[in-house]
Amino acid sequence: MAMLEHPILLAMLIPLVGGLLILITGNRPNLREAVTLVTATTLFWNVFGIYQAWQAGTALELSLFDTVTGIPIAFKVEPLGMLFALIASFLWIVTSLYAIGYMRGHHEKNQTRFYFFFAVAIASVMGLTFSGNLLTLFIFYEVLTLSTFPLVTHAGTDAARKGGRTYLGILLGTSIAFFLLALIATWAISGTLDFTAGGILPEGIPAPLVALLYGLFLFGVGKAALMPFHRWLPAAMVAPTPVSALLHAVAVVKAGVFSVLKITVYIFGIESLQSGQASQWMLYVAGATVLLASLIAMTKDNLKARLAYSTVSQLAYIVMGAALAHQLGIIGGAMHIATHAFGKITLFFAAGAIMVASHKTEISQMRGLGRAMPFTFGAMLIGCLSIIGLPPMGGTWSKWYLVMATVDTEQWIMLGILLVSSLLNIAYLLPIPVRAFYGGTTSSNPSTGIKEAPVFCLIAMGISASGCLLLFFYPQPLYELVSALFPG
Amino acid sequence: MSAPSTAITLANLATHYPALQIVLPLVTAPLVVLLRGTRLVWLIAFAVTLACLGIAVDLYAQVLQQGEISYAMGGWAPPVGIEYRVDRFNGLMLILICAIAAVVLPFARTSVEKEVADNRLSLFWAAWLLCFTGLLGIVITGDAFNVFVFLEVSSLSTYALIACARDRRALTSAFQYLIMGTIGATFILIGIGLLYMLTGTLNMADLAERLPAVTQARTLNAAFGFIVVGCSLKLALFPLHLWMPNAYAFAPSAVTAFIAATATKVSIYVMLRFFYTVFGAEFSFGSMPLGEVLMTLSIIAMFSGSLVAIYERNVKRMLAYSSVAQIGYITLGISLATTSGLAAGMLHLINHAMIKAGLFMAMGAVVYRLGSCRLDQLSGLGKQMPWTMAAFVAGGLSLIGVPLTTGFVSKWHLASAGFGAGLPLVPVAILASSLLAVIYVWKVIETAYLRAPLENATPVKEAPISLLIPMWIMVAANFGFGIQGTVIWQAVQQAAVQLTGGV
Repeated sequence: MAMLEHPILLAMLIPLVGGLLILITGNRPNLREAVTLVTATTLFWNVFGIYQAWQAGTALELSLFDTVTGIPIAFKVEPLGMLFALIASFLWIVTSLYAIGYMRGHHEKNQTRFYFFFAVAIASVMGLTFSGNLLTLFIFYEVLTLSTFPLVTHAGTDAARKGGRTYLGILLGTSIAFFLLALIATWAISGTLDFTAGGILPEGIPAPLVALLYGLFLFGVGKAALMPFHRWLPAAMVAPTPVSALLHAVAVVKAGVFSVLKITVYIFGIESLQSGQASQWMLYVAGATVLLASLIAMTKDNLKARLAYSTVSQLAYIVMGAALAHQLGIIGGAMHIATHAFGKITLFFAAGAIMVASHKTEISQMRGLGRAMPFTFGAMLIGCLSIIGLPPMGGTWSKWYLVMATVDTEQWIMLGILLVSSLLNIAYLLPIPVRAFYGGTTSSNPSTGIKEAPVFCLIAMGISASGCLLLFFYPQPLYELVSALFPG
Repeated sequence: MSAPSTAITLANLATHYPALQIVLPLVTAPLVVLLRGTRLVWLIAFAVTLACLGIAVDLYAQVLQQGEISYAMGGWAPPVGIEYRVDRFNGLMLILICAIAAVVLPFARTSVEKEVADNRLSLFWAAWLLCFTGLLGIVITGDAFNVFVFLEVSSLSTYALIACARDRRALTSAFQYLIMGTIGATFILIGIGLLYMLTGTLNMADLAERLPAVTQARTLNAAFGFIVVGCSLKLALFPLHLWMPNAYAFAPSAVTAFIAATATKVSIYVMLRFFYTVFGAEFSFGSMPLGEVLMTLSIIAMFSGSLVAIYERNVKRMLAYSSVAQIGYITLGISLATTSGLAAGMLHLINHAMIKAGLFMAMGAVVYRLGSCRLDQLSGLGKQMPWTMAAFVAGGLSLIGVPLTTGFVSKWHLASAGFGAGLPLVPVAILASSLLAVIYVWKVIETAYLRAPLENATPVKEAPISLLIPMWIMVAANFGFGIQGTVIWQAVQQAAVQLTGGV
């Protein structure tokens, strides 16, 4: 079976095999966690191998059988997917470390099921990142939704059931009603769904139709959490924190904006979008989401809820980058996938660590907690700065390119939105670590007896926070990877 | 046209396959009543079903190689004698019926022991075989009156099968079905009678030749109307579907799985046969406003069936209403009056048979253990019957139309056909109504997995392996043909081309 050794196929098989091994070793937690870590490391090593081969100029492609006549399940390595695969597979290692500390510290039940579905979710993310046509992407997009449902409803409580309903209802609903519709319409119009540089839509399609199609795609990709289809993300916060961290700050939500970028670049083509102004109306939707989500985030006292709305807002940055239909916007959006991933995962790690160590979930209870948990809140500060986009954090670069794109395309309103939103970010993120360090503890909130989080959690936070710093000082590989999208 | 030798020898056995397809189960039915002993009876029924499946596959292979098969029953050449005719479409239908029967029979053996009184068992198997015979007969025959005869054979035995259940409500449901089914069959008979009056022939091919010359348009229109309404009743097209939910809900589970996957599908076959082979597409869709009427009713069926399913508390009834909606998808494809629409309808006909057979078997296993399939009683069943509920989830995903399942392939081709026919609202309706399927399927999944068992409920064990294996064969088929989605599609595409142009 020579084909099974194809690295792209391996990227999906490794987590799946790992998942099965997790089920088999379920009775022995230490062995099971070792399997998770080994699987995650093997996967990253494999993805990194793909990266090196791709850098060396090897064209990696794979076409399997047709599932619908004329459209094979096909995979192809290209810059956006490469970037996303690297981030997701690397952060899986970090999250696995973190999950060990968290799940044990929090005495979660059904941990085997948890790790199993986690592995399946990662496998579908890998399939999604390397997909070579829109149908393949759609298939893995749906598998990702379904495989994360048991993770979201992990607790099995009434709240989990309610959250799960919103999660599945919105994600599956938008994907069937809008995404699939747009997909079949595109197939009917252009007769192909291959990701092709410059887009696949034939010329001469009326601009309103293109605009409608673009809107269907962007709303249909519910994982991108554009308002008004964003409610699933706060709802998904009932999941254990490692799920919120990797899936709902990185893998699942980024799968959404990744799809948006891919559709923009390879299905519509930025030149034709730009000339037809077809993405203009979605630009306003994205801009509104950026602002409104930030405003809602300010009202949330629950830390995870605030982070969720912050994610909604930050995802809309990336959608805005796509809808600007400009090279710099795409580059900024793609870089934001990376920088936001490291920043937000750090924040979620910190939120989970606080919950495990002190059982506190509300921001107002965290005054003065920084002195008991200096490392956790230190990492959180780094994460906040990166999300806001202040030097010396990686978030600076992606926001810089997005701003440049609004200037180049003369979208002054969008420029204004980006600037205002950065101020809002400061207002709702920065006070959390600052008050933890400098605010006095209130008598109703004694922080005595609270110790730092489990060591596995601290290691994970250390790695992701360093990533934020590293991305500021060494953005070159990231930039080169993304700008390979636009040769010349 | 020379008739084949009437004497059946081992050497010319294969040429008599069309007759054996029907005769074999037909003669086994009385044999079963005479034999009584339950175990042997089942074995014979199963052996006959497998033989029929083999014959069906061989017939289809013959069609693929040599084109249409025409067989003169008893050596009387058509149009005087009864002709059996196999083409690509009914070749597939024969395989479908036999395959479903072959998978459901082992399931039935176990489940029926609980749901049917012991002293009725041999009668039950006889009725089953007669039903099977009738369905095969409707499909294989090339004679319009013979269609009616076999329709009655299958319908009467189905009423008996439903009434076999221990649940007393099955009797009223069977009676309800009997009344509605008889009206439907009578309408078809009147239609066929009018056609005979006009042309003096009952052979379908002959009818097709003579009908264009018919000048009394009004009688012809009446015949068409009667046949359409009759078939619509039998296939449970909205608003003529009211017999179905109770019949499905109270019949023994195995019967539900079998007839839900085959009986309504065969009625759709009859309708298509009349539309395309007898009346001709030109007349059916051109002179008659069939496309418009069928499309409107289909879309109402898709939404109303799914909406009712959402509020249904009995899962078997829920699935029955879902069938109303799914049949709407099939007839919607047909109503587009294009070859790709027809092919998409046929595709969903086959796929939906696989989906519903799997789902009804899963519910059958639940009934086997719980004695009921009320939604609230399913609480916590995900832990107690993990394999059964996993099969339901898998089948449910296919019903919703998630990628990598047959349901997805169906929806894809139906929606594409809608765009192809220049009706962009058709795909919108198809996908919007799929959302309703998400709701009712997920209600069951949520209850089974995320609700604690009822306090007074006694814990149950997983269903026996003899129920699980058939169920999972159907689930595997759903995913196998969903992943390799081109296999059935190419077959139905060729069938559609033959049906629209080849005749």
